[in-house]
Amino acid sequence: MMSFISYLLSGVSLGSIYAIIALGYTMVYGIAKMLNFAHGDILMVGGYAAFIALNQMGLPILVSTLLSMVICTLLGVVIEKVAYKPLRQANSLNVLITAIGVSYLLQNLALLLFGANPKSFTSFVPIKPVKLAGGALTISGETIVTILCCLIIVGGLVTFINKTKAGQAMLAVSEDKGAATLMGVDVNKTISMTFAIGSALAAIGGILMCSAYPTLTPTTGAMPGIKAFVAAVLGGIGSIPGAFIGGIILGVLENLSKAYISSKLSDAIVFSVLIIVLLVKPTGILGKKIMEKV
Amino acid sequence: MKMKTTSMSMSTAKAKTFRSNMITYAMVILAYIIVEIFLNAGQVSSLIKGLLVPLTIYSIMAVSLNLVVGISGELSLGHAGFMCVGAFASATWTMLMKSSAMPPLLRFIIAIVIGAAAAAVFGFLIGIPVLRLKGDYLAIVTLAFGEIIKNIINALYFGIDDHGAHFSLKDSLSLGMDGGTVIIKGAQGITGTPKQATFTIGVILLLIALFVVLNLINSRTGRAIMAIRDNRIAAESIGLNVTRYKLMAFTISAAIAGAAGVLYAHNLSSLQALPKNFGYNQSIMILVFVVMGGIGNIRGSVIAAVILTLLPEVLRGLNDYRMLMYAIVLILMMLFTSAPSLIALRQQIMARFSKKNDEGKETT
Repeated sequence: MMSFISYLLSGVSLGSIYAIIALGYTMVYGIAKMLNFAHGDILMVGGYAAFIALNQMGLPILVSTLLSMVICTLLGVVIEKVAYKPLRQANSLNVLITAIGVSYLLQNLALLLFGANPKSFTSFVPIKPVKLAGGALTISGETIVTILCCLIIVGGLVTFINKTKAGQAMLAVSEDKGAATLMGVDVNKTISMTFAIGSALAAIGGILMCSAYPTLTPTTGAMPGIKAFVAAVLGGIGSIPGAFIGGIILGVLENLSKAYISSKLSDAIVFSVLIIVLLVKPTGILGKKIMEKV
Repeated sequence: MKMKTTSMSMSTAKAKTFRSNMITYAMVILAYIIVEIFLNAGQVSSLIKGLLVPLTIYSIMAVSLNLVVGISGELSLGHAGFMCVGAFASATWTMLMKSSAMPPLLRFIIAIVIGAAAAAVFGFLIGIPVLRLKGDYLAIVTLAFGEIIKNIINALYFGIDDHGAHFSLKDSLSLGMDGGTVIIKGAQGITGTPKQATFTIGVILLLIALFVVLNLINSRTGRAIMAIRDNRIAAESIGLNVTRYKLMAFTISAAIAGAAGVLYAHNLSSLQALPKNFGYNQSIMILVFVVMGGIGNIRGSVIAAVILTLLPEVLRGLNDYRMLMYAIVLILMMLFTSAPSLIALRQQIMARFSKKNDEGKETT
């Protein structure tokens, strides 16, 4: 029983990481209507930035985290400006191929800069593990911090979108770009802001992930990125609570299938769930159905 | 009068596509003859010799993916998965029949059919749910499919003895074998497949793939598929069955990818489902071939596949930068073909060049 709870908790923790990354996907998808394939790689860049700041420059943990977030934010905004913005009128296939190109570019630049050898990441979480039930259940500091971080971020984002003017502008742009422009919303600025927020979240996700699974390679972000997208689709793309729910479900599912079914097949199970969900409810758990207009 | 002109323009259009197709076939055959001459003269380095079969494999894959991306207008990121299915299905067949009296060539031809058929079945099955989705979803689901296939094959154990076939997803012990042989050994894959894929067979398969795809494009079905690509709603409203046509293109493409997988399996003595050969990266590399050669341009994708496979091997020093260059090529190609401001820039440059050419003509 205790081992089940422990698997469940680490599943929720992994799911929280997926949720944080999925938020970036879902926001960008909601507003720019594009799948930012490079999102997972921004996470990797965030990981490297934090690694260098903490281990090689010896900066404090909080400063390293902030630095990594700033770098990722800049990177996200620059990518949007250079690669995605010129293609805003182009069809989705071309935008997607561009995004794949950007993802590849980041991975290979990281490969040239940092090499293929994995870096062992020092955990960013200074909290000691908590022992419960007379030592039968150990909860690592990373698990606690990750889950807390995720809750704070989701709560913060929901408030930001519903209560602030900038958040309302984001909602307006995601619903109708043309009408939003007419109402005086600066669409370009709003899209840039979305990329900035999403990338900053990716940095946090990267740091938390590397703290929990301490190896860092140029392809660290690829798989979690894809899984986070799966989480976003699962929860209903474009919806922030959806990304949260999808992320948690995915993380728990992955960890439990690793523990009880087969560690080799856990990825296959996770991806099969995606296909099944899309079959039964193509809009995801919390997604809205959008009617197609001719 | 008007009727006459339209029918005439139709026939000239037909003649044009016919000529274009013939050029494509001739190009492949000519390349084959040249390579064979050099091979017979002993002028080919062992490096290039080893690349001949992979060249045909990548060309076939590029043709196959271009059918989905260029003609059907959907992005598949799981084509390496179909290749994987074809490779393992055919290698299993070959291993089963290895000790029988069947002539090797016949066995290999049946292997190709089995590989293509197995991949087609998977393409059909995955296509039914997936093609109801659009654009980005399709890309991510095909990617997921490729990963599922790789994952399952890495965990799959398959053996055969007097009692019949045994499957397991755990290890070779749990197969419960009574003698017999274990054919697929999980992550170790299949070892001992005979090396039967030759350059000649590869070129023949490439020609068949080209023949199938080019004829499909110029048929009624092909026009329906392209109509759906250009405007799904309009195509639907004139009564085209969208799912059926999309599924057809997808299944044919999967079958061709499967045939390429057969070549792959019979070109190496050990076959494993690694991220390197059947993973997401491989699918992306083939996508680069398609984008480089021109989306929808079948001949172009063959040329791009050949050049982009040969170039990094010939220029060894560039190998570290190969993937980086691919990435930049992908981004630039997309920006220059689809971004309005860059299209204008490109046209300006082109106009300047053509002006210069005109002036040059006038002076001579």
